[in-house]
Amino acid sequence: MTIALRRQLARAERRRKLRAFSLTLPLLLFLLLTFLVPIAALLKRAVENPEVATALPRTVAALGTWDRQGVPAAEAFAALVADLGALPDSSDAGAVARRLNSDAAGARSLLMGTYRALPLEGAGDPAQARAKLLALDERWSEPRYWQAIAKNGSRWTPDYLLAAVDLRRDATGQVERMPEDQRAFARILGRTFAISAVVTLCCLLLGYPLAWWLSTLPARRANVLMILVLVPFWTSILVRVAAWIVLLQSQGLVNRSLMGLGLVDEPLPLLFNRLGVVIAMTHILLPFMILPLYSVMKSVPATYVRAAVSLGSPPLAAFFRVYVPQTFPGIGAGALLVFILAIGYYVTPALLGGADDQMLSYYIAQYTNVNINWGMACGLGALLLSATLVLYAVYRRIVKSELSLG
Amino acid sequence: MKKSILSIALALGFSLPAFAQQITVVNFGGANANAQKKAYYEPFEKTGTKVVPVEYNGEQAKIKAMVETKKVTWDVVEVESPDVARGCDEGLFEKLDYSKLGGKADLLPAAVSDCGIGIFVWSTVMAYNGDKLKGTPATWADFWDLKKFPGKRGMRKGARYNLEFALMADGVKSADVYKVLATKEGAERAFKKLTELKPSIQWWEAGAQPPQFLVAGDVALTTVYNGRIDAANREGKNLKITWTGGIYDLDYWVIPKGTPNKDAAMKFIAFASTPEAQAEYAKNIAYGPTNTKALARLDAKVLGNLPTSPANSKDALQFNLKFWADQGEELEKRFASWAAQ
Repeated sequence: MTIALRRQLARAERRRKLRAFSLTLPLLLFLLLTFLVPIAALLKRAVENPEVATALPRTVAALGTWDRQGVPAAEAFAALVADLGALPDSSDAGAVARRLNSDAAGARSLLMGTYRALPLEGAGDPAQARAKLLALDERWSEPRYWQAIAKNGSRWTPDYLLAAVDLRRDATGQVERMPEDQRAFARILGRTFAISAVVTLCCLLLGYPLAWWLSTLPARRANVLMILVLVPFWTSILVRVAAWIVLLQSQGLVNRSLMGLGLVDEPLPLLFNRLGVVIAMTHILLPFMILPLYSVMKSVPATYVRAAVSLGSPPLAAFFRVYVPQTFPGIGAGALLVFILAIGYYVTPALLGGADDQMLSYYIAQYTNVNINWGMACGLGALLLSATLVLYAVYRRIVKSELSLG
Repeated sequence: MKKSILSIALALGFSLPAFAQQITVVNFGGANANAQKKAYYEPFEKTGTKVVPVEYNGEQAKIKAMVETKKVTWDVVEVESPDVARGCDEGLFEKLDYSKLGGKADLLPAAVSDCGIGIFVWSTVMAYNGDKLKGTPATWADFWDLKKFPGKRGMRKGARYNLEFALMADGVKSADVYKVLATKEGAERAFKKLTELKPSIQWWEAGAQPPQFLVAGDVALTTVYNGRIDAANREGKNLKITWTGGIYDLDYWVIPKGTPNKDAAMKFIAFASTPEAQAEYAKNIAYGPTNTKALARLDAKVLGNLPTSPANSKDALQFNLKFWADQGEELEKRFASWAAQ
């Protein structure tokens, strides 16, 4: 009897769990499609390298025994002519040319020029093929183009990820640092984090007192003021950026008032530099700091501070030693939210910053849209993603608590 | 009720034949889009095809994604010269049949390419505010001369154009610029020259910014697309151009591969390449026509502002497409590295 009852209970419990789970299914499916699949695709693109392997299989095979020094054997020339001749469409040649060009600048015109000159008569014979290719374009005698083909012969490559941290493989496959004038992304990543950290700090310094003040007001007035916080939150970022340009330019409102008050003699450079980027980003991200802070502060009972003061603590000490610790979850959540959003910023620095204020996303956009080098864009995306995850892990270790959004 | 449905159906029935077809034409927006609307879209609509203008910022990634997924919704796209050659190589655009476009004979040689036909000639030049600057800068060496012309310099964020200007400022003749820049020492020299000016540069991102900088007095001299200066002067500003050592280039019409409206797109391009339409365009914005017959329809005042007029193109440099297609990615990365130092 009891066993049957227990079984029945267990079944009911299972059914209940199943129902609860099925309710979350749409969300899980949504997350899978809009979040996990794109990230997986991004990571895959960052290591994928199909162009050369697909288009030039014979050349890659012929270069297999080459020592990557000097000019390769004549068989490689013949294989290249055969491979290019066998391409079904000119767009395939274009894809290989683009891939090789990002490894060895100049490969684009070399490969496309050769492809357009096809068919070469008598190129079946290796020695002839070699002579004809060299006559067509003497750059085929430079090893670096052949090295680029040999290096990209496999379908998967670490090159994009290596390049994202300023490393590369040399002709023999050894990992080494990029030459000095091609090293950029480590500094850019550092800059991205530095700007984000400064913005987070500014948001905290400005947002904390405001959130505290809001939480002490009666609900009606707090709601009205909350709308003031939220209105800019609902305005398009571009509009706010344009507004900052109007305010901060050298003949803008801020500079004119400063000069009118006699505080400065000539306009301060507030725009198209780091300062302008930080000011505008702080403004845009401020609501993300205020909202979690406010919701946490609302739940902090005022009685603790009063108790501390009535027990003899000075008000300031009571505030910092009793009140502030109770708002740590809000500070943590707000700071993390602002920081992670700031890391991905693109439009604001592009329009308000100089050439050395651009963040990593700017270069991701450049590789996506301008260079159409999606492998590199995904490599940088993977770098940004992993840097963010590492940071989150560090945060978790320090705070030792689950992220709470109020 | 029935009556109203009938009248709606009738209205639809009558309004549809007015536009038997529609095509989507993609442009770069701004003053250029307005001039195109007046000279190309509105007159072309009289032939019965509706033109839906869309603005973009030159992102070839969008075209690539459309062609790869075979869902092409753009019929005619304005692209910059580096993208014509690259997109053509990579199979993003339809090959053009010039016999349907009025032939090649009247077009500038640079306007004819396999996948794209030149729309207009534009130039990146030096400009200043005639009301604010004392003196007249004549060369790129003057642009670099902070004593003679104190104040900030506006420059496009990126390596393209700036490296050429730097070499010209360093004494390289305009005819030799790309030969020098192609060597390792030449690139080194260009970046070194750019470093001299680095603390005084105010970088711009969008073409609309440099005229604003000049009007606001933020910069003394700037590099700028010549049409933007013309547009500002039409609004009553007194901005001046120094044409010496300007870099001219063309924008092209292309047809993304696989568009269902290819015939209508070809008709649109053919219409936009006629001398009449091109002359009307040049009257609305100071970009040079690619159809040489259009010049005869323009008066001296309009001609004086075009990058293609003999006086203005005398010391100009043609943008070297092949050089930037090969070296662009590496030089832009080097620029990012240089900027971070």
